[in-house]
Order: sequence, then C-alpha cells, then structure tokens
Amino acid sequence: MIIKKGIGANIGIAIGKAYLIKEDSIIIERIDLPREKLKLEVKRFRDAILKTKEDLNIIRDQVLNSLGKNHAKLIDAHHMILMDPLITKEVIERIMDSRINAEAALSEKIQETLRKFENIEDPFFAERKNEIMDVAKRIMSHLSNEKKTDIKDLTEPSIIVAHNIYPADTLQIRKSDKVIAFCMDVGSKSSHTAIFAQSIGIPAVVGLGDVSRIIKSGDMLIVNGEDGTVAINPAPEMIEAAKVKMNELKKKESYLLKMKSLPSSTRDSKKINLMVNLDPGDNLEDFKSYHTDGVGLFRTEFLYMNRSTIPNEQEQYEVYRRVLTYDDKLPVTIRTADIGADKASDIGIKGIKNEENPFMGLRGIRLFLKYPDLLKTQIKAILRASQNTNAQIMLPMVTSLSELMVARKIIRDAKNELNLSDIPFKSDIPLGIMVEVPAAALMLDQLLNEIDFVSIGTNDLVQYILAVDRVNQYVSELYDPYHPAVVRVLNLIIQTAHKKGKKVSVCGEMASDIYGCALLISLGADSLSVPLKMHLKVKEFVRNSYYEKLVSLRPALLNAYSSEEILELFKGILNG
Amino acid sequence: MVKKDLKIVNKQGVHARPAGIISRTASQFESEIKIIRDGYEVNAKSIMGILTLAAPYGTSVTVCACGKDEEAAMSAMEKIFQDGFDE
Repeated sequence: MIIKKGIGANIGIAIGKAYLIKEDSIIIERIDLPREKLKLEVKRFRDAILKTKEDLNIIRDQVLNSLGKNHAKLIDAHHMILMDPLITKEVIERIMDSRINAEAALSEKIQETLRKFENIEDPFFAERKNEIMDVAKRIMSHLSNEKKTDIKDLTEPSIIVAHNIYPADTLQIRKSDKVIAFCMDVGSKSSHTAIFAQSIGIPAVVGLGDVSRIIKSGDMLIVNGEDGTVAINPAPEMIEAAKVKMNELKKKESYLLKMKSLPSSTRDSKKINLMVNLDPGDNLEDFKSYHTDGVGLFRTEFLYMNRSTIPNEQEQYEVYRRVLTYDDKLPVTIRTADIGADKASDIGIKGIKNEENPFMGLRGIRLFLKYPDLLKTQIKAILRASQNTNAQIMLPMVTSLSELMVARKIIRDAKNELNLSDIPFKSDIPLGIMVEVPAAALMLDQLLNEIDFVSIGTNDLVQYILAVDRVNQYVSELYDPYHPAVVRVLNLIIQTAHKKGKKVSVCGEMASDIYGCALLISLGADSLSVPLKMHLKVKEFVRNSYYEKLVSLRPALLNAYSSEEILELFKGILNG
Repeated sequence: MVKKDLKIVNKQGVHARPAGIISRTASQFESEIKIIRDGYEVNAKSIMGILTLAAPYGTSVTVCACGKDEEAAMSAMEKIFQDGFDE
C-alpha cells in the first residue's frame, strides 16, 4: 500500500478502481518518404489541422455553454497555438525538406520548441507547454486515426488518474455518470481542474507529482479530498474506515440538503434573509432548487472579461433578462461592472496603462464615470430587462456624494432615452450602493438621501480600513475581518442606514463564515448574500442560533480590544 | 528587403503579452517578417517562435521584412518596439 499526499481540490471521499488516462498513447515512427508522396503528406497534415480546428470549435461551444467564458478562453489559446506559423508553416517545410511523414515532422518541431521553452524562467511557460502538447496530440490523433482513450466507454464507477486533464476531458467527465473522483500529477487549489471538481461536486486531489506513473488502471484507490491523500491498493481495514467516514459525510450532506426548503429563521423565529451571489453563466436551475430569498449580488464583471470588445446593450440585456425572469418574485440586485483599468484596456479603452496599485486605482464606478457611455449602456440594458421584475441596481466603489449624483444623472438620462423610444422598464427600480470604501461609510447619512439600500462589500472594506492588501504575502496575515475597527465601521453603516429606514445587506466572504455570519446578525444586518455552495451551511447556522443572544453581544463587541476577544465572545455563545 | 536593429525597451522584456502584440502586428502584413537575435532567427508571426527568443530588457534584435508591404510592416514593428509594447 502506498499513500500519496497532494492538495485537496474538492472535499469528499471516494473509493473505487483507477482508470488511467495515458499521456503518450501514440508512438511516433519516422518514415522517409519518396519525393512524389510529399504533396499528399502535406495535404494529409493540412486536413488534420482543419479537423483539429473543427474539434476546437465544437469544444469551445460546449465549454462555453457548460463551464463559461473563463474555460472557453483556454480553448482560444489552443486555437492560437494551432494556427501559429510554427505549426501551419514550419511543419510543412520540415515535411518537404526532410522528406518525412507528418507525424514525425510535427513531433520534432514540437520537441524543439518545448526544449527552447525549458531554458526560459517564466511560470507562464509551464502552462503553455501543456497547451502545446494538447494541441499536438489532437493533430496527431487526426493523422493516425487513432482514438483517444475514452471516458465515455467506462462501464463501472471509476477514479480518473491523469498527469493533467484538459478542458475536453472535463467535458466528458461532466457527461459521464461513472467518474466518481479524480487525481492528478499537477494542479493547485486554484487551477482550472480544482474549480472544475468543485463545480461538478466530486472529490479530487491534485498536485500529486507522479501518481499517473505509479497507479495502473484497475488499482484500488481511496481518494480523500479533505486531507489531500490518495491511498493506492489500501488494506481492507483502511477501506472499511474510509467507508465509515464517507457515510458520515453523506449523512451530513443529506442533512444539509433537507434544509433546502426550510426557512432561514433563528430558533427564536427571527427571519434572516439569505441570498446568494451569482455570476452570469451560473446554473439557474440549481439556484432555484435552493429556495433562497433572492440574488443579493449579481456580478457583471465577467461580461467584460476575456474579450476584446465592449458587450453591447442587447447582449447585456439578454443576460440580465434571463436571471431577472427566472423567478420573477425574487429580488435580484445587479451590480454595475466593477472592473479595473487592466480589464478596460483589454476591451479597447485607450489611454490606461498598468496601474501601480489597482485596488486604489480606476475601478468600479470611477472607471464608468470616466467613460460614462459604458455606464449608460449597462444601465439601459438593466432597465430594459427590469420590466415586471424585482430588479435593483447597485453601484460599486462609490466614495463621494458627487460621484453618486453624476451616476444618478446618467441613470435619469438612460430612463429618458428609453421613454422617448417607448421602451417599457421598471421606472421605480431601487438604487443602492456598495459600501466598501471607509469614506462612504463615514458619509453614509448624506449618501442615503439619494439611494434606497446599501450593501456592504466586506472583502474590500476590510482591506481599506486596515490598509492591508490581502494578496500581498508579506501583510496578508494582518487581514483581519474581526478587527475591532472593522466591527465599529460595520456597526456605523448598519445603524446609520436603519436610522433612515433603509435596508443593509452584506455580500463578501465574511457572510459565509460562521463567526462572520454571527457578527453580522449581531450588528443587525438585514440580509446576507453568500455563494450558492455556502448557502446551506449558513442556513444551518442561522437555524441553530438565537437572535436575541447574538444581539445581546453588541455592546461587548463594540468595546472589544482585539479580534481574539471578539471571536471568544462568539465561541462562548456558539458552544453554549 | 528592409532591415533594422531594434531595442527591447520595456522592463519585463519579451514575455507573453509583448509576444502576442508582435505576432498580431506582424500577421497584419503580407510580407515575411523575421526577428533575429544573436544569429537565431524566428518568424515574427509566430507567438511561440517569438517566445523562444527570450529577449530581456536592453537586448537588441534585428527585424527583417520582405514583401510587397515591407515598408509599412517595418514602420509598424518599429512603432511597437519603441512604445515598449505599451508597458
């Protein structure tokens, strides 16, 4: 028995037989060709490129529909490699000059390129290598008419073992009901394979180094996504222990799933609105099955990413209309795009260079006020989609009243234009702002006169209050959502809004954390918006807590000296 | 054929993004365009080829364009090099 340690990419335990996806299933033979056959060989190669191109187009559409734009971008990179002169031109030259078969010419050319990449110290290349290999293998498979190992043909529940899996494989895995887990040599917690495992909900361990060389198809495996281990041909007692653990997890899961239709009220019957954060492309059927109180944050950034043009009004309208009409009684808060200058230059907005400090730079409403047409187009799309729905508009990164006034003028203009064209829309659509800059929290009493609701974006607010960039490894441990200063600012926001009779929702990671959730309820937040996969966990917490007890902590929270003290207060109440 | 020595002026050198800019720019022209560094020659329309140049800040490369639109191609290449690939 061998136990390999990797990185748990998705939780859960699976026990089953390994199915190995081999990397180098095609053996390449170098064949010298007579001169008169070369033309035919070039044609054979060109046909293989065309077929590969068709493959990629099909895969791209499938990936776009099922996994979204970010994954489809990978296929675009494959396209770029496929059409690179290195392949379209130089391989053909190699066939002609060396008078060899296309397989050998392609393989030589690819090997040469990868060897050159090896001398370059740039993490970018590790990734490109995989992509180049994937494209080469696709062309190869069309040249030799050899079938790739096929996940479709699996007959029993299997654990996929591979060096790396590619978007095309993930698609097959998604369609198959036989894949119960996967483990891979490469990958990290944030790699596309980890995200993929989470999206289809099967256990996965990545970054295992060399499992694809150690494991053979048919080996018995225990994949433990909790601690990131894979046991190869484990002892019977170990399998039994894993089965017990698996059943416990399943029980917990079905216990949570039962909560789908139960209300999110505390034991003392205080209803806490539990909403979810959604992105364009998220599965709305899933969303509906959770019976949430609505969409507290519909992010629109993704519409602007991975592309070279600005999404037009109609394109945006269709995306918004889809989510707004899915369940028209539920409120949906659409946030105008919070993109930074780096993304803006991608979609053709000129004159913005890389910023030294993008978190303090031209992002959110700042960017959209500098380019008001961007805001107006988005607002018009939202307004058109809002007819007969429960839509709300929210503006990100608002810092001052003057910004809000300019934005409101643009919204008025958009409404006037729609009126002139006789296009119907929800004329009394509520407007809110994200409170994520301390300045907005301090001036909230004045801002509230112009808006209907506020939503607290805790991730940014905490960064700005504490002056900590949480992706900067040297200071990331100073990022502390329970810092007493954060607690006081949250309290200020909620109290100020309530005094004016306006509701406060919270989106941001804090709402998904048990202690964060407890803190926000203690301070009086009206609704919490969390990722769909955290929804039931938060609901479980809400249903087990006493609202009055949480609220009674408020004075102690506001007078606490440290985050430790604040966490102790909750630990006392949650365990007692 | 036109030929010119150009310098890499952006601090990061020719990494993925500049390579993309070079190959996209070169691909707009019919002429054959080559980049040569220390005798090693790559097709300027090939992003993978350009990447293998691994040209850091301060290196000098020779750009060659040959074809009907070689003058226009050369001035376009000159411009993106001088702009430091917008970095």
